[in-house]
Amino acid sequence: MVGALTLRRPSALPGLGLSFGITLFWLSFIVLIPLSAVFAKSASGGWDAFVDAAFSARSIASYKVTFGAALLAAAINAVFGLLVAWVLVRYEFPFKRLVSALVDLPFALPTAVAGIALTALYADTGLIGRFLEPLGLPVAYKPAGIVVALTFIGLPFVVRTVEPVLAEVSREMEEAALTLGASRLQTFTRVILPTLFPALATGFTLAFARGAGEYGSVIFIAGNMPFRSEITPLLIITQLEEFDYAGAASIATVMLFVSFAMLLVLNLLQHWQQRRLGT
Amino acid sequence: MSGKTRLREPAGIKALLILAALAYITLMLLLPLGAVLVEALKKGFGVWLESVNEPDARSAIWLTIMVAAIAVPLNTVFGVAASWFISKYDFRGKPLLITLIELPFSVSPVVSGLVFVLLFGAQGWFGEWLIDRDIEIIFAVPGLVLATVFVTFPFVARQLIPLMTMQGRANEEAALTLGASGWQTFWHVTLPNIRFALLYGVLLCNARAMGEFGAVSVVSGHIRGETNTMPLHVEVLYNEYNFVAAFAVASLLVVLALITLALKSALEWRHRDELAARF
Repeated sequence: MVGALTLRRPSALPGLGLSFGITLFWLSFIVLIPLSAVFAKSASGGWDAFVDAAFSARSIASYKVTFGAALLAAAINAVFGLLVAWVLVRYEFPFKRLVSALVDLPFALPTAVAGIALTALYADTGLIGRFLEPLGLPVAYKPAGIVVALTFIGLPFVVRTVEPVLAEVSREMEEAALTLGASRLQTFTRVILPTLFPALATGFTLAFARGAGEYGSVIFIAGNMPFRSEITPLLIITQLEEFDYAGAASIATVMLFVSFAMLLVLNLLQHWQQRRLGT
Repeated sequence: MSGKTRLREPAGIKALLILAALAYITLMLLLPLGAVLVEALKKGFGVWLESVNEPDARSAIWLTIMVAAIAVPLNTVFGVAASWFISKYDFRGKPLLITLIELPFSVSPVVSGLVFVLLFGAQGWFGEWLIDRDIEIIFAVPGLVLATVFVTFPFVARQLIPLMTMQGRANEEAALTLGASGWQTFWHVTLPNIRFALLYGVLLCNARAMGEFGAVSVVSGHIRGETNTMPLHVEVLYNEYNFVAAFAVASLLVVLALITLALKSALEWRHRDELAARF
């Protein structure tokens, strides 16, 4: 195998064969072969069977619920994530370090725990739900519950991608805008926001991609009604439980293509950001 | 008014922004965290202790630790090997290899579990072969380990690749010139240079391994006392309307998340320059 690998520049460091071997073996065994099984299985019944399973009325309804909720949650996170990042970078206040550490909670908290905690809060007897219910805005066991769960899951992505870029925005540029007569609000919308935009879009895409695949936090709060509040990952599990492996694989293939598209978008955004920051 | 003060927002706006950010974080992060602890201790400490100490809970705790104890070292060895290969040698296709290593992050947890059912499940590619030999992978511990390895695959590598690429190979080449062997160079030169990033990657990898829900849910089969990890045990208890017990086990996962966050923040404060992605 090592023979097939030609280095562009020879290296004196040992371990080429070993590190190449471990990398290739583990990557193939854990990621590449298993993922190819999804494509193979989804193709096993032919094109028509694939389309029937992947684009049945129930599947399409689940894509709408899943991607719609993920988009909405990512949009909410874009707004509030920017706010949190702004406050953390620009202002000093008590317990700032604690707040900053807490932002990463959704990364550290198991999703099932997030799911039951949010359900307890938003159920009609819960701390938040009891105020929403009389207003005619029930959240738990409704599509709105999915958005709440995905907003929780996606919160850190926008904050953590915007923070470093916001810290780099040069104060000189803001001063220049002020000297030229711009108001503080104009400076924000015309100077700061355009600089932040690629990072904001990256955070938005990361939150969306994570939300679209999310399962653990959603199933407790969603109600899981087919056609109304059934997310695609749950539909895959339902198909599996009915031993419809090919159907599950076909829906998973659609999900994988969306994931690959998101990866492409993220790569393009990264190039855009590097050009904008002039590095 | 001087330029310096005009670069800042008026005190009122600043206070408003800080309050809004803190209110959002309280609503989205602190309340769910508090909800778990309140629900867990609703019937007193005695009931809490009983819930986390009964045999099924203890077996779930034990299984969670065991799965993480297998998956995390495997991905650590892979992460170090892959980073060595990518950072110390020049070859074509490096960006593609890095994308493939990060791929599991973009895949829905449910799909991550599905791939192993398609390979090793009763109707999977190797299903019959495994049944003939009485080897259990799906609905057994090996399946849980495989799914966990898949979802935590990139954590260590993505911390080390940027750092080791930046550090180059001059140090290692110097050590080799001075007569050190390959392993001596790795243990005494490379490892001390990357230890904090490695620790950070292992920490995030472990948190995800212990908290993973979607992927292990697909391969577990939910056999009480046998294939239920802690997050799965939380789900089983919750679905049986045994809420206090569900939240009691969940509270242990909250403690794990808080410890992870504390260690993560400590590493970020002291060694920020050496750490790459924060999630």
